[in-house]
Amino acid sequence: MAVVREGQEVQRGQLLARADGFVSVAQHAPASGIVRRIALVPSITGKMTPGIYLEPHPGSSQEVAEGEPCDLQSASADDIIAAIQAAGIVGLGGAAFPTHVKLKPPEGKHAHTLVINGVECEPYLTTDHRVMLEHTADVYTGIRYLLKATGAQRAIIGVEANKLDAAEALRAAVPADMPVTTEVVNVKYPQGAEKMLITALLDKEVPSGGLPIDVGIVTVNVATAAEIGRLLPHGRGIQERVVTITGPAVGRKGNYRIPIGTPLRFALEQVDVSDDASRVFLGGPMMGQALSSLDIPITKGTSGFVAFTHADTDERAQEYPCIRCAYCVDACPIFLNPAQLGLLAKNREYERMADEYNLMDCFECGSCSYVCPSHIPLVQRFRVSKAIVRERKSS
Amino acid sequence: MPVTGKTLDIDTSPHIKSGASVDTIMRHVVYALLPVCAFSVYVFGLTALITLTAATLSCLLTEHLLCRWRGDRTTIGDWSVAITGILYGLTLPPALPVWMIILGGAVGVGMGKFLFGGLGYNAFNPALIGRAFLQAAFPLSMTTWFEPLAEQRFVAVPSSTFTMPFASPVYDSVSSATPLSAMKFDGDVAAAADLVMGLTSGSTGETSSLLIIAGGLYLVARKMMNWRIPVAILGTVAAFSGALYQVDPAVYPSPVFMLFAGGLMLGAVFMATDMVASPMTGLGCVLYGVLIGAMVVVIRLWGGMPEGVMYAILFANAVSPHIDRLVRPRVYGTAKRGAS
Repeated sequence: MAVVREGQEVQRGQLLARADGFVSVAQHAPASGIVRRIALVPSITGKMTPGIYLEPHPGSSQEVAEGEPCDLQSASADDIIAAIQAAGIVGLGGAAFPTHVKLKPPEGKHAHTLVINGVECEPYLTTDHRVMLEHTADVYTGIRYLLKATGAQRAIIGVEANKLDAAEALRAAVPADMPVTTEVVNVKYPQGAEKMLITALLDKEVPSGGLPIDVGIVTVNVATAAEIGRLLPHGRGIQERVVTITGPAVGRKGNYRIPIGTPLRFALEQVDVSDDASRVFLGGPMMGQALSSLDIPITKGTSGFVAFTHADTDERAQEYPCIRCAYCVDACPIFLNPAQLGLLAKNREYERMADEYNLMDCFECGSCSYVCPSHIPLVQRFRVSKAIVRERKSS
Repeated sequence: MPVTGKTLDIDTSPHIKSGASVDTIMRHVVYALLPVCAFSVYVFGLTALITLTAATLSCLLTEHLLCRWRGDRTTIGDWSVAITGILYGLTLPPALPVWMIILGGAVGVGMGKFLFGGLGYNAFNPALIGRAFLQAAFPLSMTTWFEPLAEQRFVAVPSSTFTMPFASPVYDSVSSATPLSAMKFDGDVAAAADLVMGLTSGSTGETSSLLIIAGGLYLVARKMMNWRIPVAILGTVAAFSGALYQVDPAVYPSPVFMLFAGGLMLGAVFMATDMVASPMTGLGCVLYGVLIGAMVVVIRLWGGMPEGVMYAILFANAVSPHIDRLVRPRVYGTAKRGAS
């Protein structure tokens, strides 16, 4: 809910909109400027959503308006959770789910372990890697807040084996008084999915349809933890985030700290995106969304963009019948039978897919479609099937 | 640089592919079979070359004509029927009349594959359907064997090869018993070295076990073959026949003989591993292999026929969908023996 009006002058860091419910967070001004309009803005899905158009002053200073600092020593768990909500913090891994909601365990449940997810959710993205290397101290400050907020006894940071420099940096910087360990896990997509990471680190499975808290675990992305550590001591809100911009069509690939709300087209122009970029994905190439328009704002959930030109993309290959090669069975991280599900989807047996073959457990990582030598759009069919099952269940 | 007025392509994720493709997999299986074919021609001469060529062409032609007849695009370009043709040829006696080869190829591809719906839908290995038909229709021709390493093999073709359709073939060359029938009916056991090298009489492809294993390793290295199937089959045959051999070596042949004689190696490596007709899960593949291995030993030692690989595989093909239905890995986050 907006707390500014059109034409109002705002300072960088000033509150623009406050949370209007529990599953909602605040939004702060990413730059000093003038609120031009409060109206609908295009979003990545193509839908229009309520938004605020802010015109930055040409010489917007780096000065930031600060609110009430959250003092780690004196704050209670509830104070920290409220401060995280007030700082506008959401999961920066890409899901953009409000972080404070995860920290408040449901009645009768208790968190004993905090898992800090330092595994990139997708190939091509490298934001977590840079955050771990360059904001190591913020990560630990954030973990202090998170441990206190959740009451967990210890924290484990999961890092992929191809980022040993990050694991070393984290291990070298761990404060002696903190119950935090850094563990190296295999590089295997979709290792960044929280359920996969929990299994890799703790050899525990999150029950089907459940949440990590059901096994006493809270997971937080490493960039989210760093942001908590950076913002809470100063009472600031999120104004910017680290975004990977990469792919064959990008001239200057890299990780950039970009103010929230920056138009994507503007951001791409700054990094020399080739004029024949024909595909731009929000997020990585496995689960990311292909954009139909570049005129959308970068949001808190934007972990990266991957841009390809026509020359880099294969023509859609001819679809063959399923030859039961079982590549998808071997690829599925949660041991579904995608081949069987694919046949059932073709026959529109959606209830059987859900009741007998655990369709609803699929988290749509796309590994099955990636490996399928018959080029069957498996995960694409499962998305549609899941939507149909949900709709039928609700009606 | 301005990024303006762009047309963007959209599609649903994933936006990248591993590069694996059905036709690539099938083509590599053909590559893996070529050394086996070449060695067969070396052992049996011109007649093996004619048998393999006739078998492959008859299968390709059958599929091509049936696709055309149905008004579809031909599917011979996916290489799968080429594998069927070569495998079918490798299971036949080297001097089988060409007209029988063509007939069996048409039955194998027509009934064993096309009627089921083509690639991906065949319940049985089509090559074995073709062979099973010939075994039932022409039992004598299917058990008349050509002498390996015959002197005239590169210059002359046995008269049986070009028998007129529906006429009884006349065998002029000395036909010799296969090691399995010699063992079964005469109690003779062939030398292990000859068996491993493949210098014994038998079907066109029942020759070099080493080349068959090499072909299998090539495919396993490329992840184009499930190694569990041949390992389970061969392991079961070795264990089962080994146990019997321990009980009474005078009655039962040694496990080495059992492993390297007859069509077991070809069947275990190239026939049973047909992706379409075998189970999908790791445990399912092991069970499937154990079933085949056990049946091979039972049929060979106690059945009426000297060889049982073909029937063992066809039988296991029939139960493979049921193995997949019964043996399912536990889905992440569900209780043991969860929803089914």
